[in-house]
This record gives sequence, structure tokens and C-alpha cells, in this order.
Amino acid sequence: MPPGSWRGTVPMADRTIRLRVNGKTGEGVAEPRVTLLDFLRDTLRLTGTHMGCEHGICGACTVLFDGAPVRSCLIFAVQAEGHDITTVEGLADAAGDLSVLQDCFWETHALQCGYCTPGMLIAAQALLRRNNDPDDSEIRDAISGNLCRCTGYGQIVEAIRLAADRLNQRSRPGNAS
Amino acid sequence: MTSADHPYRYVGRQRRTKEDRRFIAGQGRFVADISLPDMRHVAPVASPHASARILSIDADAALALDGVHAVLTGAQLQTGIEPIQHGVPAPDIRWYPLAHEAVCYAGEWVAAVVADSRHIAEDAAELVDVRYAETPAVVDPEVAFDATDALVHPAHGSNVLFHRKFVWGAVDDDFAAADHSLSFRVKWGRNSTVPIETFGVVAQWQPGDGLLDVWASIQMPKYSDQIAESLRLAGNRIRVHQDVDVGGSYGVKRGLKHAILAGYLARELGFPIRLIEDRLDNMSGGDAHGPDRIFDMDVAFNDDGTITSMKIRALDDCGAYPGRAPLQLGKPVGSIVGPYRIGSVAYEAISVCTNKTAQVAVRGFGQAPTNFAIETAVDKVARFLDLDRIELRRRNFIRAEDFPYTIPSGTAYDSGDYHTVQQKVADLIDYQGLITRRDAIRDRGGLAGIGIASCLEPGGGNAAFEPLFNPSNDTTTWMESCTVKVDRLGDVTVLICTSSAGQGHQTLAATVVGEVLHIDPAEIRVVHSDSLSSLPGNSPVASRMAIMLGGAAQRAAEAIRDRLIAIAAHNLGSPGSALVYADKSVHVADDPSTGLDWQALVRICHRQYHLMPPGMEPGLQASHTLQVPNGGTMPAEDGRVQMYPCFSFEAHIPLIEIDRGTGKVRIHDYAIAHDCGTVISPAIVKGMLLGGIAHGIGAALYEKFEYDSAGQHLTGTFMDYLLPSAHEIPEIKMAEHCTPSPLTALGQKGAGEAGYMGSAAAIASAVNDALLPLGLEANTLPVKLGMLSEMLKDHI
Amino acid sequence: MKAAAFDYTRPRDLPDLLRQLAGSTDAKIIAGGQSLVPMMAMRLVRPALLVDINDVQDLQTIALEDDGVVIGACTRQADAEKSDIVREHLPLLAAALPFVGHDQTRNRGTVGGSLAHADPSAEIVLVATALQAELTLARSSGTRISSARDFLAAPMTTTLDEDECLIAIRFPRWTEAGRLGIGFHEVSPRAGDFAVVAVAAQLLIDQAGICRRAAVAVANAAPMPIRLTTVEAALLDTAVDRKSAREAAALADDLLDPPSDLHASAAGRRHMARTLIERAILDAAGLVAGHGSHG
Repeated sequence: MPPGSWRGTVPMADRTIRLRVNGKTGEGVAEPRVTLLDFLRDTLRLTGTHMGCEHGICGACTVLFDGAPVRSCLIFAVQAEGHDITTVEGLADAAGDLSVLQDCFWETHALQCGYCTPGMLIAAQALLRRNNDPDDSEIRDAISGNLCRCTGYGQIVEAIRLAADRLNQRSRPGNAS
Repeated sequence: MTSADHPYRYVGRQRRTKEDRRFIAGQGRFVADISLPDMRHVAPVASPHASARILSIDADAALALDGVHAVLTGAQLQTGIEPIQHGVPAPDIRWYPLAHEAVCYAGEWVAAVVADSRHIAEDAAELVDVRYAETPAVVDPEVAFDATDALVHPAHGSNVLFHRKFVWGAVDDDFAAADHSLSFRVKWGRNSTVPIETFGVVAQWQPGDGLLDVWASIQMPKYSDQIAESLRLAGNRIRVHQDVDVGGSYGVKRGLKHAILAGYLARELGFPIRLIEDRLDNMSGGDAHGPDRIFDMDVAFNDDGTITSMKIRALDDCGAYPGRAPLQLGKPVGSIVGPYRIGSVAYEAISVCTNKTAQVAVRGFGQAPTNFAIETAVDKVARFLDLDRIELRRRNFIRAEDFPYTIPSGTAYDSGDYHTVQQKVADLIDYQGLITRRDAIRDRGGLAGIGIASCLEPGGGNAAFEPLFNPSNDTTTWMESCTVKVDRLGDVTVLICTSSAGQGHQTLAATVVGEVLHIDPAEIRVVHSDSLSSLPGNSPVASRMAIMLGGAAQRAAEAIRDRLIAIAAHNLGSPGSALVYADKSVHVADDPSTGLDWQALVRICHRQYHLMPPGMEPGLQASHTLQVPNGGTMPAEDGRVQMYPCFSFEAHIPLIEIDRGTGKVRIHDYAIAHDCGTVISPAIVKGMLLGGIAHGIGAALYEKFEYDSAGQHLTGTFMDYLLPSAHEIPEIKMAEHCTPSPLTALGQKGAGEAGYMGSAAAIASAVNDALLPLGLEANTLPVKLGMLSEMLKDHI
Repeated sequence: MKAAAFDYTRPRDLPDLLRQLAGSTDAKIIAGGQSLVPMMAMRLVRPALLVDINDVQDLQTIALEDDGVVIGACTRQADAEKSDIVREHLPLLAAALPFVGHDQTRNRGTVGGSLAHADPSAEIVLVATALQAELTLARSSGTRISSARDFLAAPMTTTLDEDECLIAIRFPRWTEAGRLGIGFHEVSPRAGDFAVVAVAAQLLIDQAGICRRAAVAVANAAPMPIRLTTVEAALLDTAVDRKSAREAAALADDLLDPPSDLHASAAGRRHMARTLIERAILDAAGLVAGHGSHG
């Protein structure tokens, strides 16, 4: 601390942080106090994950952490060292493609400004992974930690239901597409 | 493809939007995504006091911190800039991005730290030592109105920013002649749209060009002009990049102070400046609160249910600085009697200053609170007369055959069929069945209520409230522009002159242009030109873009089409009247084999001047700047004015239940019928409507900026200011109706504020219907859990 | 909203953790961080050192013992929610967990973290109070056991010493013969918010339908969650019915000292508490409460 002040703070030494992001190694240097959100955006330049509140309420920063959806604003990047992160940029199989879920968001216009959308997609992806036939109340519950100010959620619920239907059709024998 | 039923190829069809794809791939381009070399970061130092004099600011400790470049104070800043302009005359209220001499609300910015990172900027902001002498805060707007010595801005001489009483028609006579009258008070709580993206700006001074580049999360008319004026720069020395994606706005993204501050710092310090509000900055210091209004209402009516006259007194708490906030009392003048045939009306509009965060334009610009007050009056009349609330509305609605219909305040409504839309929502939700369900819940001891709200959404925005509220302002146009150009390869690019915040303007423009030129909108590129390369525009406010951008795009595309016909006429030796444009070619009407196709026509325009009609300019491009339909006149002496041109209509019916043991509200069912004329993009209109309803449910039940008696803001985080989640918003049933506007090319009206116009009123109506059996009334929004639990504590 | 600077360490096992705690000043343990990180972001908490216990595997276990279920302090709330042991043997905790935040926070937030944070409206704190959980606190020199009541000293305040770490929570099982009934009711403005008022009830009803054991606790109707002893006493050795449930709930009134805040007044909370206590008792007694009050 600077002499004579209780409020000051001395930046800590930067650390090299290495994690798996969207199947690739992501490495960067940051202070311990840098959140995973800021590290993804500012250091790795994966700007699809968004900052909304930085106190864990809005869900815009949701990413998959070892497969489970979490708030990246509530994890320090240094804590993610060695862990596996999926962001919106990693939802499709190949760069430039769209996943079925993403495509359904487009088809139903499940977004307007697009700001909450990446977090919403991640939450929906996690839901469909654990429950391939969610009903509307399960869908609403799964996205209830993600705030959207544009849509009123209706078309998002439609998109997730549509994606579940499509994914189920695809996985049914004889329905390979 | 087209038919008598559906005359359009692309308009009104279910189609994918142009914008969504980049967002779902995580490839939006938001302001916080911009990273420039050597960019520095700003953190504001905020006042902890609602009202105080600034005695001193000591930034030495902050400046000593490694990585800190500057600490700017209000005293330094105000010498280099002009104050931010207000929408009403208040020359002695000097508003700067950083407070100077005094702070007027808790959270007001008093200094700005510039550092290598936001982290370091925040470290340094803590070290800026500001000494204050607290002064008494003005918190209650009614006290503020009467105050003579407790003033937010002593130089202004009072706390009143605007006060005028309009009387249109024989109000006193009508009240005297009426069988009954009722008086009541309702309050609309301080809430806002609170987008998930906070406001942000990046500014870069280009010394070689003498040009300030601005990237901002902006939705605001005349933004670049106002930055230029404040920074004392020529208008052509500011370039606002309007291709920045805006992460939600709904009116509030108006960061003028942010851009002035960032622009000033960029020029002074010589490196790019990034100022992205964090959530705490945003909630308390972002100057983005919404209307906060007390309505005192009197309504006169007869035994048969006819409402004959109304008196509305609206006292709005605008917060610390006026800006454009008082004008939000002006816009409702253009629909001051709602959808009803009310023959006379008095409207007393009062805007006062208090020591609270400043207010800004919020979705509907004051219309939703006014609709809530009017709908409450209608409900109360029905209750008084023991008439069904829908029936009472039917008796008072303007009839379909009465349009265009001029209301007492001078605005003509373009078209509508309120009876049919009301019937559609009643049918959709099975109104009689709903009453049965409500009564069944009541029979088992529950508190159930049906809400009714039937509200207008004025659209098209002509800013007539500016001259109405400010005698020195003679603005009578609020134009919007569009350019269509066809390149040498024959591909079409459309230039629009504003940024977008999710309203789908690229889809809108491409759909309209594609419709005219018979080109798949998916193949049309739409570009947001920067403010220097833009033609005049006034941004996507006021539910205006379908009308204004849609109209401008259509005219520009028609000009292209007409040119192609003229070129074909010249080359085919036929009169233009004998030719038709179809499927990207022009051919002789009765001989489709004789004509010129698209590539041939484009080739003529771009290469073969010798084949063009004499005098026609080469290339293939057209622009149109559209004047607002029905606009262009100044208000009359008594304030009568044509406010907006087009009037959309929506009828809501929710069924709610209040848990009598806890006060918790559940929305069981919700239906809406909606008429915005011709729908251009159904998915977009649907989204607007659903989002607007959700926003209104927030305003009715959850969202409020709360202050304590000392002016401390108590809801500065998302833990205290409650945005509804997918749990709180029910599935919504929708019915569309189309009464085309006679004023627009396709019959379209506005939809950007749809849903929000009536959902808060509808929920309030339902809450009061539910409380009726207990003899209780909730007249203040939001009706929060705490309020209901308190009311119900003796009614277990 | 960037945290003040801190140093960071991530011990690999319990001895390492306790050694590091012993040698530090102004250290703060981070488990899930779902409450701590927001407070750090607002600079309301600013430790010099953050000791991350997420790699200490011993703290992430759920073990069934004869008379209790022992949950490692760093067990994710989501893992506890999914645990068959918890579902079968700690139904009250299982009922409470879905009310804790959202999926995304439960995937990271921990059972022990919630207790160590001691938010008076937290569901896990309420259940620990209702069931009289025992907490194991460790330091390099040894461990001690604390009752939930002693540990949860005051709002946001525990008796945990600076060099101590909460390592496990033992929730007693009621293994006597009979039917175990539970009820958990909460009112919050929105689903997933902290409770404005919450009530947890657990009853053991014997074959004759007589209540043999009762635990009823309320959160946010007093400064910290409290057991409603007079309510419990009224239920004991009786056959609980609608009338007695209502009468018992009314007895809570004297024990309550509700706070008043933005979300509800003291009187409003009293009203909610009375309602929820009755409903939780009815649920626990196997009588349908009639009103769901999720959210």
C-alpha cells in the first residue's frame, strides 16, 4: 500500500495463465485480480462474451467451465488455469458455421440487440446437453439467470424448444441429416 | 408469390433478419470490443453526496500511482467546453460532464482518472481526495415544486424546469354538465430501460486531420452536432461511427457527457480514450433514469359511461439536470385522450429538479406513464358505474369510421379500428372464460384479477414537443435519410444514417428496397454510414424507423427503379408508361420478351453513358430525405399541435393472482392484440411487442430506482434494481390486426415502443381488480412485493 | 468494478491449505466466490491474499454416515443438488438448493461458502440452522467442531478465525422410525433472488400419525435465521392437522424480529413468515399446503 493510505492498492505481479478455450490452448499474462471475463475479452480477444453487471446477476458473461455454465465475471482468470472453457465462439463445430441451437436462435429471431445472446446461448446449450427434451418451464428456469431486455424471452424459449426438436430428430435412427 | 391477400414479396413475410447471424456467432461489434493501440481507460470519481459544495480536490496520490496519466476535474474541464444543452430554457443550469463547484446528486461525476487499465484507473479514483460541504438535498418533487430556498440549482431561481397548463375545449363546462366526476392520484415510479450493455464510448483525436473519431453505444438524434458544439469544434470535425452495435437502448443510450469527456481527454492527452461505464457508474452516474411522475386526475362522465372531459396534472421529477427530460411531458400531448372520444381536456405539465440522477428519454418518451393514468381513470369510471371495463371502453373508443380523427389537443390520428382490436384480444383470451376462472379463484379465497388496457403508440416522431416546450426552438422537421446504390457488378448497398440497438434497421431497409427492386433482401448489403458521410437523420427514437427509414428507403429505391425504366424507355424506344419493372428487368408491358435485364441496365449506368438518356447522371444511386408525414407546422398559441403522424394501437388482457399470504404476484395468462398497420418484418414486430410487454411488467411490479430521504440512491446494483427474468414473464398470446396508415407508403406505423405502451397499465389494472374484493387499491407503480405484503398483512 | 489488487495462491491439499493460512495475514479463502467476488468487485472486501481451495479434493465429498450426512465445504451446490445421498437422506437441503441462485451460480457456488458468507437470507444457512448442522473448522494446529448456531454469529459474520477454514458440514439425519416430512417455502421478488422470507420445516411423524420430532426455522424474520422453538413444541406429540398447523404458526410471532428494507417492511415480513411457516408445516405433515410459493 502507498504510505499513509489505507485505500491504495499495489498491482500484483502478472502471471502467465494457460487454459483451454474452445478446444485450443489460450495463454496470456494477467494480474490475479483480472476476471476470467476480462481475460477472455482483453487478453485472448474473444469478445463474444459480454460484460453486463460484473456482480453475477445478468448472465451476459456466461461461459462453460469444464462443461458447466458459470459467470465468468465471478471467477478470476488465474483460477481457470488448466481448466476447459467454452465461449460462444466455440459453439459451432467449425469456424463460420452455426450450431443447430444458434441456427434456431436466428430462425425464431430470439434476439434483438444481441448483447445477452452469447450468454443465453451458453445457458441453453448446457440445458440441452443435460436434458434433450425440456419443457417450457425447464427452459425458462435454465435461462432465468440470464437477463434480456429486448425480447421478453418469448422467442428465446421458442428457439430452444425448436433446437431440442431438431436435435432429437437428428439423433433418431434413420434421420441422419 | 404475391397475391391479393398478400401483395408483397418480402414485406410481411416470415424471414430471417440480416443482423442476427453475427450476434449468434459472437461477432457483434460493440463499443467495448474496440481496442486501439495505446488506448487509455477512464474511471470516474463519483460524489457520495446528493447535494454538496466541492471544497477541494487533491489528486496527488492518484497521480503518483504507476500507470495513471491524468486526473481531470470539473474546474479544468469547464474552461474548455460549452455546457450540455437542455430541451427547455434553463440557461443558468450549467451542466458539464464533471461537476464543478457543487454536486447535485449522489453518483454525479466530479473527476475522471485516465490510466493504462480500468483496474488502475479505479485504484487511482479511490485516491482522489475530494472534500465536500454537504448541503440539504431536495428529494421530494412536491416539496421541490413549492420550494423557494431549498434549490437544486440556486442560479435558476426555482426547482421548476417547465410548467404550463393547457386547456383544450370547454373543460369546466363539460365537468359542470357531466353526471359524475372522479378525482384520484396515481404515481409512476422512477424506472428505466436499463440495457444489459452499459453506455460506452471510445474517442480518438486524429491530429493530422483535425478530426475526432467517436465510437459509441449511442441512440440519439444530433449526437455528433452536440459533441461538436460542446467541444467548440466545427461539425465536420467530429466523426461518429454509427456501425457500432448498441447493446440495447430503448431510448436511454444518450451518453453526451461521456463523449464530451472522452473527446476532450483524447484531444488533450493525445491518445485514444475508452470510457465504458461499469454497472455502478451506469445505475447512479449514467444519467439514464426514466420518468418519475405524479398524476392528479379528474374525469367527468355520464351515467351511460360516456367520458366527456378530463383534467390531468402531471408532476415529473426530472432529477438533477433537465437535458431533454422535461420534453417527455410534451410528447403525450399528441395522444392525451388515448383512444377515446373525450371532447375536452386540461393538461398541466410540470417538470421539477431534485437531487437525483438525471432522467433521459425512455421508451415511449413519457407515453407509458400517461397511458397508465388514462387507463386507470377509465377503469375507475367503469367501477363507479358498475360497467364491464371492456364495454365501457367500447362506448368511448373512437370509431373506425371517424378517422382521421382530431383530438382536442390538435393532433389528428391517422387510422385505427379499436373496437375490432379490443374484440380480438377478448376472443383470444376467451374473456368470458377468463372471468369464470378469476371468479373460481376468488371463490376458493384467492385474490385474482383481470387487467384491461387499451393504449396508443404514437409513431413517426416529429419533435413537435420541442417548439411546444421551448419558444426559442422552431424545429419543424425531424427527417430521416437513406441512400441506395447499385455498384458496377450490379449488387445493391443501402446506406442508413443512424446506429441500431437491436431494432433490425438493416432488415427493414433491405426488405423495403428488395420489395421495390424485386431483389432478395438477403442479397442486399446495408451499411451504417458514419456521421460525416450520412445524410440528415434523427436516429431510431419515437417508434419512427419503419415509417421514416422505411419511407426514405422506399423512395430511394423507387427512384432507382424509375431511372431504370427511363433508361429502358430510351433504349427500347417505348414510352416509360408502356414499360414495367419486374424481377430486376424492364420490359414492354405486353411483350415480356422485349426488355433489358439487370446486368444490361447496370452496364449502361456504369459504363455506357452513350446509351443513357440525355442529361441523366451516370452511375446508379439515389437518396431520399423524408420529412415526417403530417409534420412541418409550429404549435398553435394554445398548444394545439400535430405531435406524431401515425398511431398504433394495442389491447392487453392479463389474468394475475396475488398470493394473499405473501403479496407475491403471479401472471397466469397474458394476451395482447396489436395493430401497427402493415407489418414489414413479422418476427421483429413480434419481438418488439414481447420485449415491450416484459419491460412494462418490470415497471409495474419490480423496477424502481429508490432514494432515501437524504437523497442516497439505494438501488445501484442488479441486486436491488430488479429486472424481470424468464420466470417473471409469462408466455404471451398475440393477435395482429392491420389498419394501414394512409400516411405511409406501405401503410406501416411504428412498433418500437409497442407492448410497453400498455403492459404496465394492464398489470396495474389486474392488481387493482384482484384487490377489489378487499377494498384495497394500489395506486403507485411499481406494486412491489413489499408494498403488497404490507397491504395484505391484515387480510390473511 | 475491478477488484483491488491481491496475491493469489491455490494450495493442492488440506495440509498445504492450512499451512498457507497459518502463515498469512489478511488472507481470504475463496471457494465458489459467488458472493465474495461481487464484494471484491465493489471493493467492499479487499484481501491481500486470496487462498483458493478449489483444488483441495478432500473438501468436495459427500459422505453418508449413520447419523448424518457430511458435506465437504467446497462441494458445489449443484453437486449437492444432484447427489442421491442428499436427495435421500437430506431431503430438506435437497428442497432448499433449487432456491439458491441460478444454475450458473450453483455450478460454482459451494455449500460451505454460503455458510462462511453467513448471509441471513441464504437458504443453506437456514437449513443448517433448522437441522442444527455441525461445522468442522480446521487450522494447522487442529480442528474444532462448531454448531451452526455458534458459527453463524451475526449477519455476514461468523466465528471463523483468520487462520481457520471451514472444511465440512455435518447435517444430522433423523433415523428414528416413522415418516420424515419436509417443507421449504420461500418468497423472493424474483425466482433465484435471496429470500425476503424463507421457512424450512422437517417433521418426523410416527405410524400413529403423531409428530415425534420437529424442526422449524425461518430466515429473514429475525437478524439471523432462527429455530422456532415454541412452534416446534406445539407440534410435538400431536397429530398435525390444518388447524394445529395454523395455531402453531401463530406462535412464531413472539420470536420474530424482522428487518425492514427495500424488499419488504417488518410487518410485511411478519405476514409472509406466518404464511410460510404454516405452509411449510403442512407440507412436512403431508397435508397439501395449497399454495406453491417458489420464487
